[in-house]
Amino acid sequence: MTAPAVEIDCRDLPCPRPIIELARALPSVEVGDLLAVVARDPAARHDVPAWCRMRGQEYVGEEAAEDGAPRYVVRRVS
Amino acid sequence: MSRTSEVYLDSASSTPLHPAARDTLLAALERGYGDPRRLHGAGRDARLLLDNARAVVAECFGARPDEVAFTASGTDAVHRGLLGLTAATGRDGIVHGAVEHSAVLHAVDWRPSPAHARVPVDATGRVDPRAMAAAAARSGVGAVALQAANQEVGTLQPVDELDLPAGVPLLVDAAAAVGHVHLPRRWDALTASAHKWGGPAGVGVLVVRRGTRWTNPFPGDDGLDQAGGFPDVPAALAAAAALQAVLGEREEVAARQHALVDRIRATAAALPDTEVVGDPVARLPHLVTFSCLYVGGDEIVSALARRGYAVASGSACTASTLEPSHVLAAMGALTHGNVRVSLGRDTTAEQVAGFCAALADEVGRIRAEAGL
Repeated sequence: MTAPAVEIDCRDLPCPRPIIELARALPSVEVGDLLAVVARDPAARHDVPAWCRMRGQEYVGEEAAEDGAPRYVVRRVS
Repeated sequence: MSRTSEVYLDSASSTPLHPAARDTLLAALERGYGDPRRLHGAGRDARLLLDNARAVVAECFGARPDEVAFTASGTDAVHRGLLGLTAATGRDGIVHGAVEHSAVLHAVDWRPSPAHARVPVDATGRVDPRAMAAAAARSGVGAVALQAANQEVGTLQPVDELDLPAGVPLLVDAAAAVGHVHLPRRWDALTASAHKWGGPAGVGVLVVRRGTRWTNPFPGDDGLDQAGGFPDVPAALAAAAALQAVLGEREEVAARQHALVDRIRATAAALPDTEVVGDPVARLPHLVTFSCLYVGGDEIVSALARRGYAVASGSACTASTLEPSHVLAAMGALTHGNVRVSLGRDTTAEQVAGFCAALADEVGRIRAEAGL
């Protein structure tokens, strides 16, 4: 996976804050670029893909950050 | 604290006692204290009431009285039913839908088996009956569990389309569906919970067809007569009275609820970034679930409670486990900002209109406070 242009750290934020921060950060990347959110909240695993579907963005996948926390990668398409 | 001004829109969690059940319960409390196995007067009275309860429940479910057991709860009925089927078949594997009630999931986890299989659902929450039948044909499968309707999103399951291999019994968890829709006809065991239909809590029902092999999986005598110990005779009779009353008024109530739920669905669908989940047509008449982006499930439930509306949520922050609803997750639906609304038999159009207005206000306010 190519390195995301922007990574936001939501490790310690409860649901739905990781999704709120993801929405806020979207304008900071160019269309076509990747944006990652690191979140330990178990809802993020379901809600990042759901957010992408509802907001017309592309869900790229899940990987692990260096400390093992889940990192969810999104591509801005609009 | 008085709750008289609260509009109760959480009947899928638990329903107030039906008026028919209240009268029956009070009368039965006077007469139903004896041990129904005894031959004295009090015992005979209790036996008469218990047999009456069993006969009424059997008729309501299209079964015979000796096929009906009263259990401690709907969860207990599922555990006894499912584990009793696998104990009798001697094969521990259970095939089940991904959105079954946690009672089914817990029974599956109770006896680990390589033959267990969780059948996925589509975006409306429905299982594919062919995929389920194929999973049931694998070796080691001793039972299949499929709900009549989903407790969180209301989607009806295609139970009667399920064509299972011979010798693999089907348990249908009808807890969410009883009193709201026609029940499926194709089942070997059926479970339900009285407090979901307007009976008292503490009464579950397990029905096992006569031709179906079933063994008590827990300590105690075999057979359905006193599953789980001494029966609560007055509560069982009240549950039966409520069931009879609810089925009698079902079509009228369901038609009214269906139209009111359509209004809530339209209101929720018109909110920005809000997804109404579950099948819009093949659904329970009284229940609707939706999820609002950027809104906490606990925030919206508390906000609506302050406005006088009692609703439930499948969001992680409202669960003791802090895990999101396995139902919403299996459907690929948004799990945060989730609200489940389930109407009562006497919910009015005015109450629904008030709820819709409060919902739009509160979702807008919470998002504005988050800066979105």
